[in-house]
Amino acid sequence: MKAHTLSLPTPFLAARNIVTFLLRQPTSAFGLIVLAILILAALFAPLITVHDPYVQNLNNVLQPPGNGHLFGTDELGRDIYSRLIWGARITLTIIFLVTIVVGPLGMIVGTVAGYFGGKVDTVMMRVTDIFLSFPSLILSLAFVAALGPSLNNAIIAIGLTAWPPIARLARAETMTFRNADYIAAARLQGASSLRIIVKSIMPMCLPSVVIRLTLNMATVILTAAGLGFLGLGAQPPLPEWGAMIATGRRYMIDSWWLVTFPGLSILCVSLAFNLLGDGLRDALDPKQMNRR
Amino acid sequence: MSDRRTRLRGILGQITTIAVTLLGLLLLTFIIGRMMPADPVRAMVGEDATRETYEQVFRQLGLDRPLWEQFLRYLGDVLTGNFGNSIRTGKPVIDDILHVMPATMELATFAILIGAGLGIPLGVVAAVNKDRWPDHLVRVFSLFGHSMPIFWTGMIALIVFYAALGWVGGSGRMSQFYIGMVPTRTGFLLIDSAIAGQWDVFWSAVNHLILPASLLGYSSSAYITRMTRSFMLDQLGQEYMTTARVKGLSKGQTIWRHAFGNIRVQLVTIVALAYGSLLEGAVLIETVFAWPGFGQYLTNNLIIGDMNAVMTCVLIVGVIFIWLNLLSDILYRLFDPRTK
Repeated sequence: MKAHTLSLPTPFLAARNIVTFLLRQPTSAFGLIVLAILILAALFAPLITVHDPYVQNLNNVLQPPGNGHLFGTDELGRDIYSRLIWGARITLTIIFLVTIVVGPLGMIVGTVAGYFGGKVDTVMMRVTDIFLSFPSLILSLAFVAALGPSLNNAIIAIGLTAWPPIARLARAETMTFRNADYIAAARLQGASSLRIIVKSIMPMCLPSVVIRLTLNMATVILTAAGLGFLGLGAQPPLPEWGAMIATGRRYMIDSWWLVTFPGLSILCVSLAFNLLGDGLRDALDPKQMNRR
Repeated sequence: MSDRRTRLRGILGQITTIAVTLLGLLLLTFIIGRMMPADPVRAMVGEDATRETYEQVFRQLGLDRPLWEQFLRYLGDVLTGNFGNSIRTGKPVIDDILHVMPATMELATFAILIGAGLGIPLGVVAAVNKDRWPDHLVRVFSLFGHSMPIFWTGMIALIVFYAALGWVGGSGRMSQFYIGMVPTRTGFLLIDSAIAGQWDVFWSAVNHLILPASLLGYSSSAYITRMTRSFMLDQLGQEYMTTARVKGLSKGQTIWRHAFGNIRVQLVTIVALAYGSLLEGAVLIETVFAWPGFGQYLTNNLIIGDMNAVMTCVLIVGVIFIWLNLLSDILYRLFDPRTK
């Protein structure tokens, strides 16, 4: 039990080390900074915007950037900058909800399959393979079609399609620890399978699962935006970036700013996750650390 | 003898795996189809049908039977090639899909040529110059391709290259002017127009194809680049590379003939898998470019809730994926000297 009181500050130290490591490289630093901006924008949205993202002003439609509207106004006279900032909240909601669905689900399926092996493993991996035999956007499309188009259903659909790679990874990791001495020791002390999986195996899988989740978050962002663009995700007037591009499409030839800025936002966030995932891989992989 | 037996067992095992995966796929599409909120009966009989007609059609479709029975019936239908009729056109959905498929395949084939033509050399360059500036440059370039929302890039490209510069054709497969001028034989417009000797149509088609195909190709090149780089790194670190250099071969010879020669098989499997995931990008890019292909067919039917069409589309994508996986597996076995 002493180990517990001692281990409390360790995660903080580790986190600080990782952040320092990430900030040292320009690419992962970019990723970290973009995500920090995203979180700050979402938190302080009411403070840093002057216009209401939903209020229409039909006397002031399709205004180019400038004149009190940093990124111009859309076809209903709404301020695009304000809509982008408020849209950050939607993006963060998607990221948060998908993570708390996909992470645990993938971990449970993967560790259970890997730990027990045999028939349990075969059945669980067969199910995983079926889900993996679709490109994620197509399967999400199908689920949204079944559930009906809305932001929440899009999140559920993405969650349902994003767990298999995590499960695969967690299973592969589990199989390398399964026969380790410390697991055998725990078993000999009478620990239940549940306890071994939760206390001894899951923490070992966590670093690689976190990296994978970060890298996959780029795909999640793109899928969510794609669903919004096709009219199957967030519905207007919600300021979701993909949906904003969809409505701006009709005016894109004359009013380029309607589609340009939401698209840049999606690109930045998805790029940030990719760069951050790459950086995390270097930071958490001891082999890579030594080489640098 | 025993060698042949293990190989036979391997093939049998693979067939069972495919069969089980296919069954699971069918179960999944079936569940999705049943969950859809659209009422297929109402869509068929119309809003003012009497209660009797409604119930008659309801029974005809077998919707009054228990779910497992409906599933067995669906299974039987699919196995005999009956995917149901489209609610919108009244024609068998499989006919509609076969009709739109060539447009998508034409797009995807050009895209994969561009993707592989871009990704493989870049991957080799990155691996050879590991951790130097070309490697970083290639990494950023391919991460961009991987991170961009392709529907948005498509619009920006249309604004720049079509509206502003006028270098390429706009939406659709060819100029409005030429539509209907070429008789459909294969469905591949480039082939059809070439057969008919209509070279102006051919160039119009190329003009319209180049932009969406380049964008799709760029987005798939990210994956190809990354995999090529890591395969090459594996090879470059091997001792035979040093031996070849010591024997007096030039650096280019060792890289292209020895190292690259050894990763060709792996690359084929990667390109096959990338081809499958192009279908995903195709759904979005076809919407942007009004490309009359599979992706547009799928999204149009999703929006109106045509159950049979959507289920069949999803099933076809799943089957294509399984098939490509199998194909790359077989190629690997056939050509990799180590598996012999």
